[in-house]
Amino acid sequence: MTQLALVIDLNVCVGCHACVTSCKEWNTSGQAGPLVDLHPYGKDPTGTFFNRVQTFEVGEFPHTETVHFPKSCLHCEDPPCVPVCPTGASYKRKEDGIVLVDYDKCIGCKYCAWACPYGVREIDEQRKEMTKCTLCVDRIYSEQLPKADRLPACVMACPTNARLFGDVHDPESEVSRAIQERGGYQLMPEWGTNPANHYLPRRKTEARFAQDQVVRADNPLKKDGKLPKPGVDEPSLDDATSW
Amino acid sequence: MNPAFSVILFTTLTGASQGLFLALCGAETAARAGAIPMPDGHRFFALGSAVVVVLASLGLLASFFHLGRPKRAWRSAAMWRTSWLSREVIVLPAFIASSGLYGLAHYLGWRGTAIIGALGTVLCLALFVCTGMIYACIKFLQEWSTPLTVVNYFMLGIGSGFTLAAAFSALAAPDLAQAYAVTAALFTFIGLLTRSAALARNARLRPKSTLQTAIGVRHPRIVQKSQGFMGGSFNTREFFHGKSRFFLRQVKWGFLLFAFVVPLLLLLAAGRLPMILLPFAFLVQFVGLLAERWFFFAEANHPQNLYYQAIS
Repeated sequence: MTQLALVIDLNVCVGCHACVTSCKEWNTSGQAGPLVDLHPYGKDPTGTFFNRVQTFEVGEFPHTETVHFPKSCLHCEDPPCVPVCPTGASYKRKEDGIVLVDYDKCIGCKYCAWACPYGVREIDEQRKEMTKCTLCVDRIYSEQLPKADRLPACVMACPTNARLFGDVHDPESEVSRAIQERGGYQLMPEWGTNPANHYLPRRKTEARFAQDQVVRADNPLKKDGKLPKPGVDEPSLDDATSW
Repeated sequence: MNPAFSVILFTTLTGASQGLFLALCGAETAARAGAIPMPDGHRFFALGSAVVVVLASLGLLASFFHLGRPKRAWRSAAMWRTSWLSREVIVLPAFIASSGLYGLAHYLGWRGTAIIGALGTVLCLALFVCTGMIYACIKFLQEWSTPLTVVNYFMLGIGSGFTLAAAFSALAAPDLAQAYAVTAALFTFIGLLTRSAALARNARLRPKSTLQTAIGVRHPRIVQKSQGFMGGSFNTREFFHGKSRFFLRQVKWGFLLFAFVVPLLLLLAAGRLPMILLPFAFLVQFVGLLAERWFFFAEANHPQNLYYQAIS
């Protein structure tokens, strides 16, 4: 069984919001209608986004780290938002594990948003239907796009390659290997939702030097003074022999 | 959560109507058993059922205002296998229909009122379970995720319904008013106990989700610096009531007073004071329950709020 998902590398995310704008751009011009923005130039603008980048500060000054944290639907393997939906508009696809909303069936009761601990569902304030990340289902299977572009818009946009996309059930896939080898984890494991999206933790990348790496024990520069200078007419081979 | 007035009105109105229906069926059962005199004619039951139907229908109407797409509401009966909301959508009209039929049967003098009443009672109890479970089944809303939520929907509905029955009988069948007032006081008191138990439980809750589990960083000190946008969003509107802790405390003491204490005193004094106090008792209790329901929603702390602690 396939379970498509994103793996997000917090170690390289720089918090540039390119995934946010790219997601908004693709999905607002998609077949399902725009991601509505209400009074965008007014006093109190508000809009629908499937993806956000948040910023957290970890630790106490001066030992702090800034963690940029992209957040979108995690496409849980046991999604709590699906069984609560009274109409069946919210569903998880069997073939690839994407959690989707059938907009035509949605009655806008918002119960699924209440039932999502991650707060990744947003109601469309104009259509009054629940919307959420589709994992760019209209991109990744699109026959019109070149093969290389059949990826979620956020993945295409990421300048640091912090977003990986693939099948987390295939142990040989890039995402599975990343999860395995780099300690990929899930959000809020306490609720048993088993999110398909994983995050790769920050890693310390300190340069460690031993003293003898800084000052070479056999530094030829130091030996130079001790060695007798070869005569002008004698054979010479730099460093190897002086005579 | 940010309380929606439509849902507050829906749960309180249907709760009271369910309680009133149980009170009517209870009176018929007691009268058949000879414990109390049968209310004269069938007008009492017919009128009472009409009140049940009107209140429950108003509740149903209020619930439509919570929907973004009310015209598609018929679809919501589809997922009864998994969704308590869907089950409620099926049981509520069935309850309204059976209580209407119950009143009609009394009005026309049919014989099978006991059977219709029993069916209506089953649907009425099922409706309490559905309404309570809609909230109790969301396990990460820890304030709701307790059997006490269902128990309270039962007790507050029955309490206010019996108070309504006392108020109604004060106008329609004064012989019954005293008995209803006493039972209403009893159920209101039990409701006070179970609601207080829920309050005490929730005051001691420790949230299972923390910023640490929310972003998966194991460090005792994490501070949000940006939520990723400066304007509002669904996430900042839907899941927080936007009121101060002080305001919440006021509402809590307010509903304890008006949903329980004041109606209790009025109900207990019903024998000695003019009967007109009973409708007043119901009004006070209903307003108190509106506050109670507001508090019920506002108190629930959704873990998604962890992601929206600082604008930027």
